Amino acid sequence: MTARGSRFAGLGRHLVLGAGAVLMLLPLLWAVRISFLPAEDVFSPQFHLLPSRWIGFENYARALTASPLPRFLLNGVGVCLAIIVCQLLVAIPCAYVLAKARVRGQWLLWLAVLVGLVIPPAALALPLFIMAAQAGLIDTYAGLILPWTISPLGIFLLRQAFSRVPDEIIEAARLDGLGEWEILVRLLVPAVAPAIGALITISLVAHWNDLLWPSVVVTSASKATPPFGVMLFQVQEIGSDYGPLLAGAIMIAAPLLALFILTQRRFLDGMAWLGSK
Amino acid sequence: MVAPAALLLLLLILVPLALVTATAFTDWHLGGGAAAFVGLETFRELVDDPDFRTAVWNTTRYVAFVVPATTLAGLAAALLIVECRRGQAFYRMVYFLPSVATLAAMAVAWQMLLSPSVGAVPQLLRLVGVAPGNWLQDPETALPTLGLIGIWSEAGFAMLFFLAGLKTAPRELYEAAAIDGCGNFLDRLRHVTLPHLAPITAFVLVFSTIHALRVFDTVAIITRGGPEKATLVALYFIYQEAFSLFRTNLAAAATVLFIVVVLALSLLQLYVVRGGRGR
Amino acid sequence: MSVLVVRSVSKSFGSVPVLSNIDLDIDEGEIVSLLGPSGCGKSTLLRIIAGLEFADAGAVEIGARDVSRLPPGARNIAMVFQSLALYPHLTGRENIALPLRVRRMSRLQRILSPLRLSASVRTIEREIDDAVDDLAARLAIGEVIDRVPARLSGGQRQRVAIGRALVRDSRLLLLDEPLSSLDAKVRVQARDEIVQIQRSFGVSCVFVTHDQGEALAISDRVAVMLGGGIAQFGTPAEIYRNPASLDVARFVGSPTINCLEGIVDAQGRVHTGGFLFDTRLAEPVGRPVTVAVRPEHVRIGPAREQPGHMLRVVRVEDHGHDGLVHLALGDGGALSLVARSAQAVALRAGDEVPVSIAPEEALYFSPAGMPLGPEPVRIADYARG
Repeated sequence: MTARGSRFAGLGRHLVLGAGAVLMLLPLLWAVRISFLPAEDVFSPQFHLLPSRWIGFENYARALTASPLPRFLLNGVGVCLAIIVCQLLVAIPCAYVLAKARVRGQWLLWLAVLVGLVIPPAALALPLFIMAAQAGLIDTYAGLILPWTISPLGIFLLRQAFSRVPDEIIEAARLDGLGEWEILVRLLVPAVAPAIGALITISLVAHWNDLLWPSVVVTSASKATPPFGVMLFQVQEIGSDYGPLLAGAIMIAAPLLALFILTQRRFLDGMAWLGSK
Repeated sequence: MVAPAALLLLLLILVPLALVTATAFTDWHLGGGAAAFVGLETFRELVDDPDFRTAVWNTTRYVAFVVPATTLAGLAAALLIVECRRGQAFYRMVYFLPSVATLAAMAVAWQMLLSPSVGAVPQLLRLVGVAPGNWLQDPETALPTLGLIGIWSEAGFAMLFFLAGLKTAPRELYEAAAIDGCGNFLDRLRHVTLPHLAPITAFVLVFSTIHALRVFDTVAIITRGGPEKATLVALYFIYQEAFSLFRTNLAAAATVLFIVVVLALSLLQLYVVRGGRGR
Repeated sequence: MSVLVVRSVSKSFGSVPVLSNIDLDIDEGEIVSLLGPSGCGKSTLLRIIAGLEFADAGAVEIGARDVSRLPPGARNIAMVFQSLALYPHLTGRENIALPLRVRRMSRLQRILSPLRLSASVRTIEREIDDAVDDLAARLAIGEVIDRVPARLSGGQRQRVAIGRALVRDSRLLLLDEPLSSLDAKVRVQARDEIVQIQRSFGVSCVFVTHDQGEALAISDRVAVMLGGGIAQFGTPAEIYRNPASLDVARFVGSPTINCLEGIVDAQGRVHTGGFLFDTRLAEPVGRPVTVAVRPEHVRIGPAREQPGHMLRVVRVEDHGHDGLVHLALGDGGALSLVARSAQAVALRAGDEVPVSIAPEEALYFSPAGMPLGPEPVRIADYARG
């Protein structure tokens, strides 16, 4: 292969990839464009790529004030935070025992984790809804959070990570006089930090973006999470006002996108975990 | 240390699993009276239900379109990206971005992109003199259009997994291939890269199948199963039966079938992964 | 005074016996090696002493206190692991300080210590810092103490691991093949350092190794472990010169001791294929005997008293200061010997050389592998007789 040939090949690659990149970003870019359009431009028969007049963040302001969007976002943050904290508190000790201890009946627990791993969460929406209804958890934060406090995937990931920590480190810590909990918190948790990062990433994406469960268990706008908020938008008057609607949609997707762009390497490594299991 | 996890696994996974299975064999519906065991009656009713048949057919078509396309798009992107000397991180980020973006919100963005009145694609088509259709409202095109959105949002995962696989491809293998005379890109692709990626491809296929089976957000936001039930898919059918029509036992039976399919695919995946490692 | 007493300890994993009836007694300030091939149970014994495994039977006493049932943290022992087991995300300083914090602070204080809330915690933190600095200076790692293990060299990592073990003033230091991860050149240096450190801190050491050269070089006493039992416990000189069995003789020494099969005659002398060992064994005529000869005792060239036996040189290994000469009798290799000799360089394969062995430098073993007491026969006596 000549240098010239490889340079052309490289150029071609970048052309193809660049076109693909534009396609991938197109919906987002289009949404951004519309979110800055004044109302009269949206349906104007004359096509303008750029807004005919600069309205600044007016549509964003309208989305935030004319709808409970701030409430949705706040709910989303709170619910995701609570879910992730619970998942970690439950999964870390469990994964440690599964990886490092010899306890009777351990295989049974492991089996339950594996079952949980292959059951798609969406499939359990119906029975969980029945249970939530019985427990009086419909339209409560508890109803949004409690069903997801256990993460079989998290236990699985962390168990794999704990298994890779050498036993000698744990034995050294026992000789140093550390208790089991202290070994776990001080030595092992930092050692499996990448796996914990992966779990947080995967969980955050899954639950911030989850539409099905909130639409099942939440009935009032005051408890809605962002994706369910989108569903509510459409039936409200703002739904026909495209500028603010897309400004709202962008603000709902923005937190995760920002996090992703800021921490892309770790974020993608975390996601690649899903494949390496 | 395992007590909370054991309790929650039982309460939030095993009990619901048992509950939904049990419900499928009764005539119970939410808010109704005592349940009576009806055996397979619910399943018979389900199979006879035209909506259910539509949902199964639509889901099958959706999966058959989205899965191969997602896998091929991901593979192509990964093969191109891994050869880049510059910009790898950038492309990786851009191609994965749709997988992170809240699909419910992005569904609205897609609606705008394809909307006959304000969409970019129809406007572009008009520029070149082609009359755009109202794809999301046309029973013929609604499902394939949702499929495109599905590919758009899932291809990032396929690309990521393939990239990870390509990064582990042993350099020595390529050097050996070069010495053996496999000089050009296509030779290397056929004799080194694709065989190396075979187990990952199998994994990606199953992974995207399971994901495609779970298509819900775009249907719920954009088409609500319509037009004329052209986009009625498995999960949306269950959702409607369970939470709008309150035919709980029917929804439970459909859920059981859904779980069985996913379970079978997961076992297949396990088998494939084991096979890949055994080699 | 004994620092460590192991009393009739036995252990099996499932139905596989690993240790049977082990007795061991280690004095203050001593370095004792547990030497044996892999699978002999030496690491298991060390782990039982540490409390990481429990014995099926028998007792472990440390400082005259029965610790058999105590958890490892309560035994006041220190251990350096094969992989060193440094906490990877803690700096050298934090690694060394951790055992001190466990001893000096309550659990709550340890958790809150980064906040430096109370004056007492601040004082303890300062004292720990001083203790670590002091120790780091003595171990010559003061410069690198604030690096994480991944950024230390092999030797520095080892010293941090030893520092973590020494910092708590334990009376007993256990080392589980700590040198095995180092390459050959650093290894010798590191083992000298261990001895120096051990001497200057005066701590008693139990050192597990499969490398007999290492064991002989650093130990006050060596416990040779074979097949789950202690085959011999003695000073390196005793182990090397008066092995308690043929197995010990074979395991210790490199290259392996030469073995010749022979028969006792009426005068108590031993005839082997070609050699006559003019000794006086108190054994009946016709009894088979194994004669074991260290390579350095196989002399090339005629001895003054003996004409020497003509053997053929098969191969020469030149080690510089001396060399090994592989010798054989005849073509069939009915007899083969290895000699360590300064003259190795001058020899070529195929040379025929006279070889002699002084009978008093040979060791004699019964068919069961037990040593046979030769009456020490001086060459002078023999010449006179």
